[in-house]
Amino acid sequence: MSQLLKGADRCEAYTGRLAPDPLPAPERGHSPESELLRFAAVGSVDDGKSTLIGRLLYDTKQLFDDHIEALSSVSRRRGAGEMDLSLLTDGLRAEREQGITIDVAYRYAATPRRKFIIADCPGHLQYTRNMATGASNADLALVVVDASVGVRDQTRRHLCIAAILGVRHVLVAVNKMDLVGWDPSAYQVIAEDLANLSSLLGVKSLQAVPVSALDGDNVAERSQNCPWYSGPTVLDALHQADAGVWSHEEDGSGGARLPVQIVARRPGGGRCYSGLLSGDRLAVGDEVVVLSSGLRSRIAEIWGLDGPKERAVPAESVSVTLADDLDVSRGDLIAARDGAPHPVRDVEATVCWFGQDPLRTGGRYRIKHTTLLTRAEVIAVDGRLDVSDLRLVASDQLADNEIGVVRFLTAAPLAVDPYRRNRVTGSFIVVDEVTNVTVGAALVGLPYVAG
Amino acid sequence: METGFRVAPARRLGHLDVLESHAVFVIREVAAECERPVLLFSAGKDSAVLAHLAYKAFSPSPIPFPLLHVDTGDNFDEVIDFRDRRVSQLGADLVIASVQQSIDAGRVADPGAGASRNRLQSVTLLDAIALHGFDACLGGARRDEDKARAKERVLSFRDTFGQWDPRRQRPELWQLYHGKVNQGEHLRAFPLSDWTELDIWSYIQRESIELPSIYFAHRRRVVERDGMLLAVSPSVSPRPGEPVEDALVRFRTVGDATCTGAVRSQARNVAEVIAEVRSTRVSERGATRADDKVSESSMEDRKREGYF
Repeated sequence: MSQLLKGADRCEAYTGRLAPDPLPAPERGHSPESELLRFAAVGSVDDGKSTLIGRLLYDTKQLFDDHIEALSSVSRRRGAGEMDLSLLTDGLRAEREQGITIDVAYRYAATPRRKFIIADCPGHLQYTRNMATGASNADLALVVVDASVGVRDQTRRHLCIAAILGVRHVLVAVNKMDLVGWDPSAYQVIAEDLANLSSLLGVKSLQAVPVSALDGDNVAERSQNCPWYSGPTVLDALHQADAGVWSHEEDGSGGARLPVQIVARRPGGGRCYSGLLSGDRLAVGDEVVVLSSGLRSRIAEIWGLDGPKERAVPAESVSVTLADDLDVSRGDLIAARDGAPHPVRDVEATVCWFGQDPLRTGGRYRIKHTTLLTRAEVIAVDGRLDVSDLRLVASDQLADNEIGVVRFLTAAPLAVDPYRRNRVTGSFIVVDEVTNVTVGAALVGLPYVAG
Repeated sequence: METGFRVAPARRLGHLDVLESHAVFVIREVAAECERPVLLFSAGKDSAVLAHLAYKAFSPSPIPFPLLHVDTGDNFDEVIDFRDRRVSQLGADLVIASVQQSIDAGRVADPGAGASRNRLQSVTLLDAIALHGFDACLGGARRDEDKARAKERVLSFRDTFGQWDPRRQRPELWQLYHGKVNQGEHLRAFPLSDWTELDIWSYIQRESIELPSIYFAHRRRVVERDGMLLAVSPSVSPRPGEPVEDALVRFRTVGDATCTGAVRSQARNVAEVIAEVRSTRVSERGATRADDKVSESSMEDRKREGYF
């Protein structure tokens, strides 16, 4: 008994200090203009990601009758019982044959409070590139762990990649709690382990929930099997998590960034520059600098998709005109003058490598940074990240699925920000020059690893 | 690190605005990076939204690429009327690729009177892509339509045979969409990937986008076949013993008349359709597409062959 009480006390560490739900929420309700939370379900193979997503969709009544009917008949035919919820997201024939997830499946859910875009990511090591694809736009990572197995290397790798990609909010679903008799210590060990790893990785908030995706415990409905747990269900936590953080950096310290996508002539003369705004708000009259030329000007007009406006916010597609007639073309960056980046040709970046051939010193690639296509050569591999202890170890190459720190020399100067300041100007992709396949994801600067 | 999640104040774009801006961003990237893009325009609601977004993306300049309609020959008249009217309003060029011509040229076998020509469209589409040298096709497909579509990238690569290989999709990081392909290969670009059926209708309402009238409740002669209501037309005749009913219906999707079913509905305007979409218990394609009922991999198989 004392054991159980002790477990209960310690569980408070992950559940007790949740802020009350202060949704201000005027007009949220059932409005079509509700907030959007993007999250990625990650974790090792067979720990139950697809089943958990299926359960969440089923219990929040997102599924249509014909889909449920099709699911039941397919499940029975495959001898998978009444309803194998994982088959909902495993949409490819090869996935259903093998009972695994090969590529990310996107699912959509809406509750009266929120709209969710869910990326159900594959757990296999060989499909890490697909996991990174799903996690790269996520506001939150839902890390699924099998309570009867514990945290595996692949769990750590996924959490690591998600955090390096900038996911700052982590929801841990300690799954299959029914298999360990709802033992609080099983939950406790996993929650503590991932909390430690998360804090080393710079994660800002974490919530761990004991669940059984198979039975629906603590997914959308509170479980009766764990009186020792007083925290939110998975759905509660998804409602509470910060939405839209991907495009809206919380500190806003970086300043506005507008990579120029297209240049259009105005009917009355002059030119306007269109792109997707990031970093911070932009207003008429703001002092800006055009990079890489370094020429200065002011924002004369802002056009949203519905006409002229005084200011625009991040994630908005806008067109602007400048007070001065400058040479600006696709690939240039219009940046707030304060804190604007200095274009460089020597770029140090954390690279997640997905190429069949290893990345090596001297390798030449095409890269795409914002709207700029240029070429680059690897001038040094500074090390490889060991995901088990988060140390950078010496290495002169990066193999498929490895993460490391790489220095590139680019043909054209890049106006980069550190990735942690701006994910748009702080990232680029590395593309094979012959096949055009994306072989690497590069994040400007060193990975955040504390301690 | 904090324990639990703290709710930040609302200072973001609403989700329709986020979806709209992102779609415009994708359309502009494709236009900027690809040599000869084309917008696939079936005149259905999704492609009507896509064409509207393309218009907004480049306004006041005209849309810098043509629209392509793959015409099965089994169309609803209202849809063709709408297509021509809308294209002229947009000031866009329209390319029509005809399945009948593919049949006449011996490229595909005629499935026979009354049989669906839906699957044949892939050949006609790929021929049109080759003929015009298109290197990117912007389409209105959404990931919520089907579980194979749920797997597809926003920019989805097609090899020289026009095939999709779902096991070897390219990584697609952040919003860095790169549109370079080699000669003979092409891209399918899906700016509406993250939109749901309800988002589409909410956006149609917000933007007052015109649609073909068959999306709204009207009286029509239908037969019930394989659990679907098919409109009686030159391409769909009642079979012996099949009762013809005069029903109040609307269409949830617009495709080939031989395989697109109607649903019973009283929804006469966009607001009523939205109320209906919110409360429906049957999916869009489940209710209306015979072509998806063949097997659990129908869409995947068609997509591998080059389907939309």
